[in-house]
This record gives sequence, structure tokens and C-alpha cells, in this order.
Amino acid sequence: MTEDTKIGGVNGRFPATHWSAVLAARSDDPAERARALEAIAAAYWKPVYKYVRIRWSKSNEDAKDLTQDFFARLFEKEYLDAFDPAKGRLRTFLRICADRFVANEAKAATRLKRGGGAAHLSLDFDAAETELQRASPHLQLAASPESMDDFLEKEFIRSLFGIAVDKLRSECESRGKQAHFRLFEIYDLESDSGRKTSYTELAKQFQISPTDVTNYLAFARREFRRIALDCLCEMTASEDEFRREARALLGVVPE
Amino acid sequence: MNWLSDEAIARLQTASALPDLAGTRYRLIERVGGGGMGTVYLAEDSVLGRRVALKILDLPELRADLSARLLREAQILGRLEHPGIVPVHDAGTLADGRAFYAMKFVEGERLDMLAKRIDAIPDRLRIFQRICEAVAFAHARGILHRDLKPENVMVGPFGEVLVMDWGVAKILREDRTPREDHAEVPVEGSQNAAAEMKPLKTEHGTVLGTAGYMAPEQARGEIDRLDERADIYSLGAILQFLLGTKQPAAGGERLNNTSAPRAEGGFAPKAVAAISQKAMAEDRANRYASVSDLASDIARYLDGSPVSAYPENVFHKVARWATRYRVAIGLVLAYLIVRALLLFWLRR
Repeated sequence: MTEDTKIGGVNGRFPATHWSAVLAARSDDPAERARALEAIAAAYWKPVYKYVRIRWSKSNEDAKDLTQDFFARLFEKEYLDAFDPAKGRLRTFLRICADRFVANEAKAATRLKRGGGAAHLSLDFDAAETELQRASPHLQLAASPESMDDFLEKEFIRSLFGIAVDKLRSECESRGKQAHFRLFEIYDLESDSGRKTSYTELAKQFQISPTDVTNYLAFARREFRRIALDCLCEMTASEDEFRREARALLGVVPE
Repeated sequence: MNWLSDEAIARLQTASALPDLAGTRYRLIERVGGGGMGTVYLAEDSVLGRRVALKILDLPELRADLSARLLREAQILGRLEHPGIVPVHDAGTLADGRAFYAMKFVEGERLDMLAKRIDAIPDRLRIFQRICEAVAFAHARGILHRDLKPENVMVGPFGEVLVMDWGVAKILREDRTPREDHAEVPVEGSQNAAAEMKPLKTEHGTVLGTAGYMAPEQARGEIDRLDERADIYSLGAILQFLLGTKQPAAGGERLNNTSAPRAEGGFAPKAVAAISQKAMAEDRANRYASVSDLASDIARYLDGSPVSAYPENVFHKVARWATRYRVAIGLVLAYLIVRALLLFWLRR
């Protein structure tokens, strides 16, 4: 994990599978609850910040405050107790909560800085703001509820995949497989436009055989996929929901 | 955390969706189809140098039941060695945790598409006979298909007919023939393959099948009551489709509770229409007792003999008799006419 955010569960503290932050957020165990809420915030703070910026046309500073306050309120008021996984997805629930929260804050017309026991999250808003500026300009105009659902979904995927990539980097480093990750980074993450680097060129660059390039990439992709599914598992409340989400987010949609 | 572009996310999604064939003998070529449980890919078997179809679960399932169901489907196919049923070559679990099985790659056309180009009803009925043969064989092995429909029948370039998609098949009874031994060979990735051949219990009330092609008792979710006559109903529906009196299942989708439509009319010969109606009787007691009985009626129709499902009156009997012996009757009539003309000419 880099300096982006210090609250997320991306450093391997959480069990890899079969642990649902959504369910754990309603646990009677305070430590379990806190851990779950941190995991949820890690995955959702950037999407929520960007959502508030665009949907509510808030300034950078206001959006920072609102995002901080929203997650603090989420923790304090136990909003997640009202979440019913059978009725919808977590991000839909969070969007509705965020909308209500921002609307209420606007009515109050004044920011009350929350302190004294309220959880304060260490969030790298500058990074989020930079990402927002790099997004397509048309996003700035997208304010209909339908398009904002898509926007939030897309940002959630970006956040989730970002966490998974960070975890993959850490795992590769700890296992001495830096080359695997670097190949993955060059081939799958960086080469956006122009000519794609061939396996042969990568083989020369890394002084390995093209077959090794294939195998290294297959390893990294497999591990990325596993980690992304683990992260997704944390953000879902049931196995059925997990399967639905995995099919949608990982592009495996049955005909 | 680095910012991921939309293009990078799309690449990661694509890469994540593809099955990881590392460590297997297969090389991925392309995706050829999909269903509710998994996706079918065309692949090359690098050892034997032939093309195969790989049916692979979309995701490594947390719940083991879908993996077990896919492997069970492979095992069912493994016990059904018949020219009308696609042969399975291999089964197991990929490095990414997804269950898969390899089967013959059938280069053909789905019956629902092919039937549009077959005009003659006898030709269509001969295909139907081949379907019946495969289903009758499965029934003899104690297997119920439960999702028979034109979309699940492939016709190969040399006329071979294959019944596909045994994913919701039900084991009615354990087969006691020597073939059963094949089913108990453990497969890779399976803790207890023999145990998996035990029927997977489908909850009573669960509806598996395709609307319009499933028997009423199947549509009602009466899982425990299903027997061979449920498949016979579906065969009757396929027969109606082949007679041009029924549409294929919309999109091949499997739907929840629904009543079975009863297509009537069309240009179907009355005897064949009667066969389909008997196969699709609301009360299963009124259906054919076995697929062989159904196929026999079709064979009798093609042979010009009376069929059990269609009681004939005198006119029908005469018409059928005339049709059956039309060549001989034509020759006799031609002979008589020539003879009469000859006599007439000689008397002049």
C-alpha cells in the first residue's frame, strides 16, 4: 500500500476469503466492526469523494469535508445496521446514504466539524482529486441519477482493482517475483495507447524467454484475479451476491 | 496506489475472465458460447493435436455445488457413450480454481437454425428419430435430460445428431451396467469423485428446464415426481417445432414457473400431430410409456403404417394405404389404362 490511504485493509491483515466486511460491520465485536468499516472505507472513499464532487458539484474542500464526515457518521451512527443485502448492493446503499447526508448538510448550511471520539480517516484527497481531473471531461456534466450509478460503479471497480494491484505488488515483492509484477504492470496496466510491447520485446528487456513472459504474465493475472475476488468477497454479504458481482465486475456475464 | 485508466481496467477484466489453462494440455483459441453455469471455449489439445470444446465454470465458486454439478455433468456424459451424445474426454479443475471438462468439439448447427432449411417432413422426422435414440439410451442408463429443446441438439456436417447440454440432467437410478465403473474413476480436482456421482439433490419446487419445452409437472417444480415421461413431453415439443407448429425457446433461456404452451394446427400431418399431442399429454399417464414407443410410432408413420396415437377411420386408412402403395397403384393404373387403350384401338 502506498500513501494513497492509510485506512484500508490492503496489507494482508484480513483473511483472504470468506470474510465479509459487510456482515462484520454489524458484528457485536467492536474490533471486528472497526476492521470491517475500515475495509469498506478503503474501497469506497474515493468513489464517494468523486461522487460528491460531481453529483453535488461540490468544491474540492467541501467534498473532502463531506467525505470525511460521511464516513465518520457511517461509523458513529451505525448506518450499516440498516443495510439489507437482500434488497440491494452495498454501493447503492452507500450512494443513497451519501445523497441524504449531503442533502442534510446542505440544509444545515453549515459544516460542523466532527471531533471528540469520531473516527478521523487519513485519506489522500490530493490523489483522488488528481484522478478526477484525469477522468474524461464529460464526467463533469454527468449528473443524472442513472449516469451517476454507472459512474459510482466504475469508480468502485477502479478502487477495488487499485487495491488488488497494490496487494499484488506487495505479494510479488515478498515472494521475490518483482519481474512478474513489472511485466504485468507494463503489459496490462501501462500500455494504453500506441503500439503494444510484444512478448519478444519484453523478453529481451527482461532477459528471459518469450515463454517465460507468457508464464510470468499468466501468474500475475491469476494472482490479480484471486486477490480481486478476495477483495470483492469482502465487499459482499452473500455468496450469491458475490457471484453476481464477480460476473459483472470481472466481465464474466452469462448470456 | 496508481490510477488505473479505463483501458487498463478493461484489460484486467478481460484477463480475469479468461480461464487460466496453465499446466493443462489445452491452448485457448476462442470463446464459442455460454450458458447459465459456464462458458464453452474452443481449444486445442496440444498432446493429441486436435480441437476440443472446454466447458468451464465462469468463476471459481465459493460454493462447491456448481463445481460439483459441472463435474457431475462430465461424469454423466462419460457414462453415456452413444453416437448421439457428445463424448467427454477429460475433467478437472484449472489452476484458477474453475471446474472444467473437455469434450468433442462439434462442428455443426443447432437444430433450431438448421430446421429452417429442411423442407421435407420425413427428413425432419429422421433427425427426430436420432434424438429419440440418444434420449432412449440415456433413459436406459437411468439418466433424465430435463432440458430437451431444439437449441440443445446439434446436427453435424455429415448428418450426425448430438444431444447437448446435460447440465441439469437427473440421475433417476444408478446404472448397474459395467459402464458405471467409468463414472467412479476419480477426476483431477475432485476429492471424492465417486461420491459426486450420487444424485445432486435438487430442492422440490425448484424449476429446471425451459419454458414451453418442459412438462407441466416439471414446470410446477415437482422434482421428485419426474421420470422419463418428462423428457417424452419435451420430445413432443421438439416434434411440434419440427412440424412447424412451435417456436424454439426464446433465447434458450431457462425460466421459472410457467405453463407449457400447446401449439396446434399448422401444416403437420394429422398422424404426426397426434403423436406430438400424445407425447405432450397434460397427464403424463396418457403419454408414451417410453421414448422407444414414441420413436416406433414415428417409424411406423415414415413406413406408411398406422400409428398408435392416431385412430383411423375408413377414409384415413384408404388414404394412408394409397399413399403407402402409391407407386404400385400408379403402375397398376398405368397398366390398366394402357391395356384399355390397346383393347379400344384393336376393336376399332
